[in-house]
Amino acid sequence: MKKKLSRRNLLTKLGLAAAAAAAAPAAKAAKATVQKVLVTADAPKGYDPKDHKWQMVIDANRCIGCGHCAEACKTENHVPEGHYYRTWIERYIVTKPKPGSAETRGEVLVDSPEGGMRGFGPPPVPKEDIQQSFFVPKLCNLCEHSPCAQVCPVGATFDTPDGAVLVDPKYCIGCGFCIQACPYGCRFMSPVTRTAEKCTLCYHRITRGLRPACVEVCPTQSRIFGDLKHPLPDDPLQNFFKNNRVNTLKPHLGTEPRVAYAGIDKEVR
Amino acid sequence: MDLTNVVLEAAPHFEGYVYPNEATPEPLWSVLIVIYPYITGLVAGAFIMASLVRVFRVKALEPVYRLSLLTALSFMLCATLPLLLHLGHPERSYQIMMTPHLTSPMAIFGFVYAWYLMAVLLLELWFDYRQDFVEWSQTESGFRGVLYRALMLGVTDESDKAVRLDMKLGWIISIVGIPSAFLLHGYVGFIFGSIKANPWWGNVLMPIIFILSAMVSGIAMCVLNYLILTWVRRKTIDMRCLDVMAMFLFYALVIDASIEGLDWIHRIYSAEEDFAVIRQMATEKLFYTLNIGQALCGTLLPLLMLGLIQLLRKRLPEIARKRMYFASALMIVIGVFAMRWNVVIGGQLFSKSLRGFMLYKMEFTGMEGWLVGLAVLSLPFIILVVMIKLFLSEKLPTAGHVPHDSPSV
Repeated sequence: MKKKLSRRNLLTKLGLAAAAAAAAPAAKAAKATVQKVLVTADAPKGYDPKDHKWQMVIDANRCIGCGHCAEACKTENHVPEGHYYRTWIERYIVTKPKPGSAETRGEVLVDSPEGGMRGFGPPPVPKEDIQQSFFVPKLCNLCEHSPCAQVCPVGATFDTPDGAVLVDPKYCIGCGFCIQACPYGCRFMSPVTRTAEKCTLCYHRITRGLRPACVEVCPTQSRIFGDLKHPLPDDPLQNFFKNNRVNTLKPHLGTEPRVAYAGIDKEVR
Repeated sequence: MDLTNVVLEAAPHFEGYVYPNEATPEPLWSVLIVIYPYITGLVAGAFIMASLVRVFRVKALEPVYRLSLLTALSFMLCATLPLLLHLGHPERSYQIMMTPHLTSPMAIFGFVYAWYLMAVLLLELWFDYRQDFVEWSQTESGFRGVLYRALMLGVTDESDKAVRLDMKLGWIISIVGIPSAFLLHGYVGFIFGSIKANPWWGNVLMPIIFILSAMVSGIAMCVLNYLILTWVRRKTIDMRCLDVMAMFLFYALVIDASIEGLDWIHRIYSAEEDFAVIRQMATEKLFYTLNIGQALCGTLLPLLMLGLIQLLRKRLPEIARKRMYFASALMIVIGVFAMRWNVVIGGQLFSKSLRGFMLYKMEFTGMEGWLVGLAVLSLPFIILVVMIKLFLSEKLPTAGHVPHDSPSV
């Protein structure tokens, strides 16, 4: 006997069809995301981004402003010549207050010649006028709520499950919206590819068990890098959070940067 | 409170400290992105002007109904051009529509634009013109005849019933079109207003300011177009129409100026972290375009002139009114352009470190130079002239129905 098509039957079938139609693009999108992670960033086969959570933190107390990190980054990642940086170092010089000014500090002078890549020259004010001076390495802040990924019109820039924020250069349309949306000035429009570029945490290295180039060359271990899902014995990351009171940059914007800083001043933005 | 830093790196295109990636010779978003919100604003404003006739039944504005719609269409057709030209990879732009990232204001703009162009403007124009296309296709030959026949889309019914249906549908589309026009330009405002990283842009009032300035610039553009068209055609100006247009322009300008003023009062009173930079922008870096261009030329002087006419309308001779309307409308369209410049370029003239400024001198040639900018900006006017010749021709009789003859609400 031919099965009668009841209303319930029809609704169930329609529901199933709708669910399948709705689930298919989601599954496709999920697959595409994983593929994108692998293809875009040159990760080796078999690398599972869900099995890692990378993090970098900065102990600014240790930074001596040698600039090796910025230089290594340029070389390692073929960052275009000129004013394009995936990471850089800022020098802060706080001068003494003028006598009788009833101030606690004088001017705050900031510079980063060539991104600090060649180190820093003598300070622009006499040494005896300096109250305090320190260096602050900067890089992508690996925001938990990354505004750059939020605004990308095509989803070319995206948060990976393992904590990096990457750009697919084959997909980016070069609109520059992400560069405008990054509060930290960490992105630039590459004159070579005409797409947005940024720090990838040296994704091609970390997915192969290596450390990012900047971390590798830092002589003072000012940059601390690790995998939160696979902590080492006496893990430097865990120790950093245990031993320091930490800060993030521009916390009022709600981007929840994962790059934490120890030893920075209120003047650092 | 002054910026507490001095120039350490003497380079020609910035002063103070700017993040190294910001030290570019020209801003990332340059003159083309200034033109984009300007053009989109004119579309929204001109459409709202037309809606005054169809939806709000302002009969005095009938002479400019079609001109306003054609103005909106000409600018709409060019709205995405500056965006495309500015992209690093324009050949990939279709991805915005194919694989949109739904949290991106720019991605959603693609759909808002498509909706507005296809579902609002073109449809409304078609329903309005359909009967005329049928008539013109019978009287005209050659290219025009072919064009009108093609635009008829095969619908030749001229019965009262069919014409009434045209009017009814046009009226419904117009009603849908008003929120759509607000959405279109509000969304452009949101593209900037949603950037919390930039204190010059990240502002909840930004979409509202964009909508209001769009209305002001659109109405002013229609005033100019009407005055120029009647002058070129040696026709008499319908002073009642012009007076009513100017009245709406005045009211829109009052609201626009109030909201922009409110924005400044709020910024000054709350004086947040970025205030030192914002103050320096207003008093130094953008002094001419903000204070002279936008505030004085684009707002205060037109407000005074249009306000004066509202008070003394009957005592001012026609010729004086015409000249004052022309001058005010011209100053407004220049002032709104200055406003777009101040928003787009201004937002990129200071470092997000809030410690320095970038300097910008526009090039003459190149993709983001004067030449391309002028070419892109003149394109909608060229299209408008062609459209006026084709669809507002003096030689072609119109069916004579009036747009407000729509079914009662």
